Amino acid sequence: MRRFLAIRFLQALVALLAITLIVFGLTHLTGSPVDALLPDDASQAQIESLIRHWGLDRPLHEQYLAFLGNALQGDLGVSLKWRGYTAMEVVLQRLPATLKLGGLSVLLSIVVAIPLGVVAARHRGTMVDKSANVVALLGQSLPQFWLGIMLIWIFAVGLGWFPTSGQGGLPHMILPAIAMASFQVAALARLTRSAMLDSLRSEYVKLARLKGVPEYRIVWKHALRNAAIVPLTYFGLLAGSLLTGSVVIESVFSWPGTGLLSIEAIRGRDYPVVQAVVILFAVVFLLINYVVDALYALVDPRIRRA
Amino acid sequence: MTRPSRSTPLEETRGASASGELLLEVRDLRTHLDTKNGLVRAVDGVSFRLHSGETLGIIGESGSGKSMTVLSMLQVVPKPAARIVGGEVLYRGQNLLEKNEREMRRIRGREIAMILQDPQTSLNPVFTIGNQIVEALRLHRRDGGGKALVHRAVEALRQVRIAAPEERIRSYPHEMSGGMKQRAVGALAISCGPRIIVADEPTTSLDVTIQAQYLRLLRDLQRETGLAILFITHDFGIVAKLCRHLLVMYAGRVVEAGPVRAVFNNPAHPYTRALLGSVVRADTKAERLEAIAGQPPALWGLPSGCRFAPRCPHADDRCRKEYPPQLRVRDEASDHVASCWRLEESHGNR
Amino acid sequence: MKLSRLRRYPLLPIAVLLAILFIPALFAEWLAPHDPYQSHLRNRLQPPVFWGGTWDFVLGTDRLGRCVLSRIMHGAQYALAISAVGIFVGAAIGTLLGLVAGYARGWTDIVVMRLVDISLALPSILLALAFAAAWGPSFEAVIIVVAFVLWAYFARQIRAEVLSIRERDFVARARVAGGSHARIVLLHILPNVVNTVVVMATLQVGVVILLEAALSFLGIGVPRPTPAWGLLVADGRWLVVSAWWISFFPGVAILLAVLSVNLLGDWLRDRLDPELIEV
Repeated sequence: MRRFLAIRFLQALVALLAITLIVFGLTHLTGSPVDALLPDDASQAQIESLIRHWGLDRPLHEQYLAFLGNALQGDLGVSLKWRGYTAMEVVLQRLPATLKLGGLSVLLSIVVAIPLGVVAARHRGTMVDKSANVVALLGQSLPQFWLGIMLIWIFAVGLGWFPTSGQGGLPHMILPAIAMASFQVAALARLTRSAMLDSLRSEYVKLARLKGVPEYRIVWKHALRNAAIVPLTYFGLLAGSLLTGSVVIESVFSWPGTGLLSIEAIRGRDYPVVQAVVILFAVVFLLINYVVDALYALVDPRIRRA
Repeated sequence: MTRPSRSTPLEETRGASASGELLLEVRDLRTHLDTKNGLVRAVDGVSFRLHSGETLGIIGESGSGKSMTVLSMLQVVPKPAARIVGGEVLYRGQNLLEKNEREMRRIRGREIAMILQDPQTSLNPVFTIGNQIVEALRLHRRDGGGKALVHRAVEALRQVRIAAPEERIRSYPHEMSGGMKQRAVGALAISCGPRIIVADEPTTSLDVTIQAQYLRLLRDLQRETGLAILFITHDFGIVAKLCRHLLVMYAGRVVEAGPVRAVFNNPAHPYTRALLGSVVRADTKAERLEAIAGQPPALWGLPSGCRFAPRCPHADDRCRKEYPPQLRVRDEASDHVASCWRLEESHGNR
Repeated sequence: MKLSRLRRYPLLPIAVLLAILFIPALFAEWLAPHDPYQSHLRNRLQPPVFWGGTWDFVLGTDRLGRCVLSRIMHGAQYALAISAVGIFVGAAIGTLLGLVAGYARGWTDIVVMRLVDISLALPSILLALAFAAAWGPSFEAVIIVVAFVLWAYFARQIRAEVLSIRERDFVARARVAGGSHARIVLLHILPNVVNTVVVMATLQVGVVILLEAALSFLGIGVPRPTPAWGLLVADGRWLVVSAWWISFFPGVAILLAVLSVNLLGDWLRDRLDPELIEV
């Protein structure tokens, strides 16, 4: 188990290095990094201090090391749009809002998708199963941003049940969380269903029946505990769609999180902030995956030895 | 080791209990299975009796309906494809087929427990052995709290000769060897004190030495507790060692039944003869049934007459048209019967 | 009899796909009732015909009086072109690397598979953001992002299949017969993975259409004023209260196209490559 987690940790670090390399590479591919990292009206003194700070007068690999060293200390430059703040400060300020919304949407997708998949598998071939399949197919085919707009139109503007956009408490979060969860619900429900079908066909489920275990416990305990491993491994991948979702959905609902920030920064040509968002998102994503791996090992005792 | 040595093991089992209480009587059990290729009569009029302290063997090739018979008894056939369409399963006088799901749950595990073929897959990989035994105990033996149940589980493991049961109870299935897992399944089966254990090819996936140990264990458990065992296998050698009576099944029907010794000495059905012949000649379990010409029949579109006719060297037109009735075999055992037209001729000849 | 045979094919998805994606993409120039870029200032925010509008603008007009239907039809070109080119590039790179890794094994394999791991560990949106920030929105950037997202899936799957194919008899025979490595890979192994590549490519079309639409919607995909579907939805997002049709219909087009492609992909997978795992 310890070795398994150690290997995963190293892999995550390598992936993180790769993203810093890409971010670093892109600043240089597009001409002078000075243009990208400083406002157009920068003074000569500012330019010189930037060159010294990032080592821009040295060879490329040394520049990368300098960039990496600064990044490790959380220094990704100063924001061009939000004057007086470092890029990291701007991003960190917005992070809680994103985590809140993302968390709610994950919760929502688990609460909806797992039971949906379980019930569909349990009643395979019935109307319940077929309806669940339609829901899943729709969820995987709906453009989230469009769903968001339609939700605003129907439930916020038309029916007036929820606020249209902006930050606030739970009422503000419900529509964006639904729009964000739509894809995950579909994917998770399908995965849960197919894993449950395998599990319900297994010999250990047969033996559980033969020892007199009631059906609901067979389904929700014996079968689901095994089947849960499959959607759980997939959850790491889903974290990627969650990040995409946060950028898209925060833009639609003007939810002031990191995702919306990234689009604002791109529009404002605030490259340091974009860099910071990308690197921080990568860290969050890799961290989620790492936690999922650890959970995976916890749920399936067979992994612990590997 | 699978050679049917006809002396010692048979004497032993016969001595165990010649006249126990009648526990189980299956009468004319029929189960149909809907498949892509049409309706399959997976169990087609099976009848037998089982007494306490007795071991009854059911032998046949895979697909002969042995497993489906016992799953039908306990009503755990795969739904909705399979349905029990007729017959009676009398357990101590009560017809199990008339019981609802709730009532059946109190029978399964509590009165009739089962050991499945493959210990690698029949234990739930995500729960400890102890968990899985305690769960059964909690369902059936509500007396005593958590500690008492754990204690019982330890006892069950001890009964199946698992070393250091107090520690093993915390083990996950993947931490045990195949033989030990199958012992744990055995512990699970006996833990609630059932009167009948159905063992569905429990030793097929074990290697030979472990197999012998496991059979010895079952026999010892039976002697200690007076259990009745329904032993499903395709291995005549095991039947010879363990059972007093046996049923030979072919394509969903019982083709021959009787005391093991009588069937061995005087096999009446050509299928039994072929089965026995291949065992005796080959002397290893690997050769078992390949010595019989032809394939086991596809279970859909069965011949209307004797189902063995297409593979039988003695088959004639009547065999192919009409299913033979169950006839007594004329030998020293009064309860030796078989379903074969040839038997009628031998009756006539005498 | 004939009907039941036909029903084995997913006719409805094919029909929808033709109607929404392929026919408009190829023939929008002739089929579209109006020039997608031309403003009809007197006809701004016209509702669709069944909502009180006129047959002149069947699905209504946008803020600048441009025909929504014509824009959707032309938008199909971008959806199709980006999926086709992006998936082709991604599949080609992935298949090539998968073939090489699976066939050569050893160090090549290890290096390729590590790259695959890294690539799979990076969500596409991050790359898209980085690209958009550095280069601004462009058609090429979307294609690069798509290819970058997809290649690793292809490489991983193809490598796994090559590993088992190379052990089969016909490969050994070809090797004994003195075939060069390139010949063996191209003539004996590649044909055996074509099915997989086709199925995977089909399964990815829906994903790519959604990704492209999302990027365009955010303004980091295809640049304005092209009528890419995502941009069309974005055009109407602030007008959804008064002129819902501007956002609604392009979204329906995306939904129907992706839905039918997904159904078609599932069907193809069951048909050609039941072994392929669902991702």
